[in-house]
Amino acid sequence: MPLLIVNQIAIEFAGARRVVDGLSFALEAGEIACLLGASGCGKTTVLRSIAGFEALQAGEIHLQTQLLSVPGVQLPPQQRGIGMVFQDYALFPHLTVAQNVGFGLRSLTKPEQARRVAEMLDLVGLGELGGRYIHELSGGQQQRVALARALAPQPRLLLLDEPFSNLDVELRERLGQEVRQILKATGTTAILVTHDQREAFAMADQIGVMSEGRIRQWGTPYDLYHQPVDRFVANFIGEGVLLPARLTGPQCIEFELGELCRTAPVECGIGAELEILIRPDDIQHNDRSPLQAKVVAKAFRGAQFLYTLALPSGQQVLSLVPSHHNHALGELIGIELEVEHLIVFRK
Amino acid sequence: MSKHSWRGAVLALPIALLTLIPLLVVLASFLHPQPEIWAHLGQYVLPDVLRNTAILLFGVGFGVLLLGVPLAWLTAVCEFPGRRWLSWALMLPLAMPAYVLAFVQVGLLDFTGPVQTLLRELTGDSSWFPRIRSTGGVVLVLTLAFYPYVYLLARNAFLTQGKRALEAAQMLGYSRPAGFWKVALPMARPWLIGGLTLALMETLADFGTVSVFNFDTFTTAIYKSWFSLFNLTAASQLASLLVLFVLVLVLVEQRARGARAYHGRIVAAERIVLTGWARPAATLFCLAVLAMAFVIPLLQLLVWAYSVLATDLDARYWGFTLRSMLISLAAALVVSVLALVLVLLQRHYASRATRLTVQLATLGYAVPGTVLAVGVFVPIAWLDNLLLPYAHALGYEGFQILKGSVAVMLLALGARFMAVAFQPLESAMQRVSRNQEDAARSLGLSNRQLTWRLHLPMLRGGALTAVLMCFVDVMKEMPITLMTRPFGWETLAVRVFEMTSEGMWANAALPSLMIVLTGLLPVILLVRKAE
Repeated sequence: MPLLIVNQIAIEFAGARRVVDGLSFALEAGEIACLLGASGCGKTTVLRSIAGFEALQAGEIHLQTQLLSVPGVQLPPQQRGIGMVFQDYALFPHLTVAQNVGFGLRSLTKPEQARRVAEMLDLVGLGELGGRYIHELSGGQQQRVALARALAPQPRLLLLDEPFSNLDVELRERLGQEVRQILKATGTTAILVTHDQREAFAMADQIGVMSEGRIRQWGTPYDLYHQPVDRFVANFIGEGVLLPARLTGPQCIEFELGELCRTAPVECGIGAELEILIRPDDIQHNDRSPLQAKVVAKAFRGAQFLYTLALPSGQQVLSLVPSHHNHALGELIGIELEVEHLIVFRK
Repeated sequence: MSKHSWRGAVLALPIALLTLIPLLVVLASFLHPQPEIWAHLGQYVLPDVLRNTAILLFGVGFGVLLLGVPLAWLTAVCEFPGRRWLSWALMLPLAMPAYVLAFVQVGLLDFTGPVQTLLRELTGDSSWFPRIRSTGGVVLVLTLAFYPYVYLLARNAFLTQGKRALEAAQMLGYSRPAGFWKVALPMARPWLIGGLTLALMETLADFGTVSVFNFDTFTTAIYKSWFSLFNLTAASQLASLLVLFVLVLVLVEQRARGARAYHGRIVAAERIVLTGWARPAATLFCLAVLAMAFVIPLLQLLVWAYSVLATDLDARYWGFTLRSMLISLAAALVVSVLALVLVLLQRHYASRATRLTVQLATLGYAVPGTVLAVGVFVPIAWLDNLLLPYAHALGYEGFQILKGSVAVMLLALGARFMAVAFQPLESAMQRVSRNQEDAARSLGLSNRQLTWRLHLPMLRGGALTAVLMCFVDVMKEMPITLMTRPFGWETLAVRVFEMTSEGMWANAALPSLMIVLTGLLPVILLVRKAE
């Protein structure tokens, strides 16, 4: 039985449009999930409904065997045993780091509190800073205090609302890994909300791609990238180009770069117009290949170049090429197709 | 910069002396106690004055928190009918000087006032009605007059916290009410202390209200020793004691100000939507305070003013108004120019010493007008005595040169309101970034050109605010004007004082109305800034 069940929930604000509409997912104990979507897609609202700050218009939320929310009835946030890391951390500036971390521990005795606070500060690597005030810490350190404060009461579930959005990009990825390790080490079940897919990939076991108040696809990062269920997810996750294609045989698809014969993931008649998703890693650079494309733009990515190439028809595709292949704009280079995962959509 | 660390301080010192000399003169009298005067004061004056001052500080302090904090919380964090307009309307009482509110409330609620008269007509008895001319009455009026200081600052604090701090507490197992006491209030402490100390400073400085109520405090005692007893020494001894109270408040206020620096920005306002009985209760509470502190008094003023319009609005009246305008404008311009100099000095010679000197120069906001009046008058009188023999030798026939001239008034008013002009200018200056200055320099501007072509144009808005705020504050000012004005020089505030001391409320209403209407100008500015 899953730890958290979110079943067909709908949320609307004061008579306005539905921000969340018929959304469901389930989470196993110990898993880290991520709701990924552009701003305004309703992901934070879902998180706040699980926390108990938003009422449901339909559906229900269960945690373990307990019913948390149904329309009209909701357990107050403070009785849910759920921890939360806020986007702006919401740390208390009038308290020290240790007092912040110990804030939710009032059921423990003083010595127990002190021990737990010390334990949590060690866990997030801030063992020495318990006596400091919040404004004396860097952004990354404040983030860790927020995490320690939320984890200290040993919540049944941890919610993280865009936890890294206030940090610079480098720190974001490093902290993402660190936080994942901490959550795994403590066996914490967690839900993260973000608009940054790299953050989602770095942290989550399961990702739900959201748009317009619904989950478009729920799956592992690998599945989302290699088996997107629709054009929206295909466009949202990773880079790639949709090329026009045609079904030429029971299992064969033809498009500008050639013909691919494999089990076609769509069912329709021969001759049907399709679209095929070509990711940058599907096109390899090969000097000996007869297939030639012109370099239109290039972006240096360290180990690789991301080339934008124009095919003879003018159609553009992307290609990741090891960065010792430095070609000038306008140059013709040889390419070949190397498609592992065939992703095709009906037109 | 470090090379010039003393220069800014030296240049700012003459302006600071405007405040420092009166303060030091008054404090010096504390160092030279005159036993017989202290014996007299200790026996006849101080017991009452000290007890009354303590009652006022505790009563008003408690009162302004009791009104200001809930009002701020409701309008900053909650949602209820009328919340939008009430949140700015609750600042309106700032336009009403405490002494105006005082006589209006006395006139309204006294035995012969309309409220009790109506009660008697309806029920035949109003003897149960609490007496307004009482300690409770003074505390009530001062609370209604000064709660906006707490309201404004607390609102600021709650706006920066938003609902988020409460939610964080809830996620850690606290209910909403528990979270309010455990998180929201402690987080707002620096603001609450700031607002409270400002309100208490105004309470200590208040002269007009306590005169209306015949409630003896330091300010009235100083005034009486000055005018009724012609005892300047006793006045300065009393003033020196009052300054000690004030300095404690200043220290507390400065500390609270420092603690505010570390708090966050204003976060997106998601509000707690009130439901059930709390909705109408919130609206009613806000409306009741607004009605008591502003709407009803204003209406009463209008009624009274209308009743005497035909007889009172004569040629003398334009004299009061003109003098009020003249002195307010002159003081506002002088003070604003000096404050501008302070702001520029602080920027050009950024150093600890400069900052300290500027702080001293703007200390006057905390010092009661009665104290400044004494502190300015004593050295001027001394200077007059020094100069008179020479002046007489030159054929001058008067008995005073500076004493009793408008110049003395200007000096005292300048010291009192320097901070009023300084604050808008300083916050305007903070919007001129170091990078903008560096950009101007890299385009070839010298320091002097920088002042003319970057700073002054960018400070224009702030300067206008400074002049306006000072103008209105001087207009409302009562004790300095009363104590230092040239003989027979009557302004609107002086007229209010004279009429109220004779209990002629209706006649006091007309000049009061003019003061209140001018007072609305800066409140409108404040509201527009807060929106």
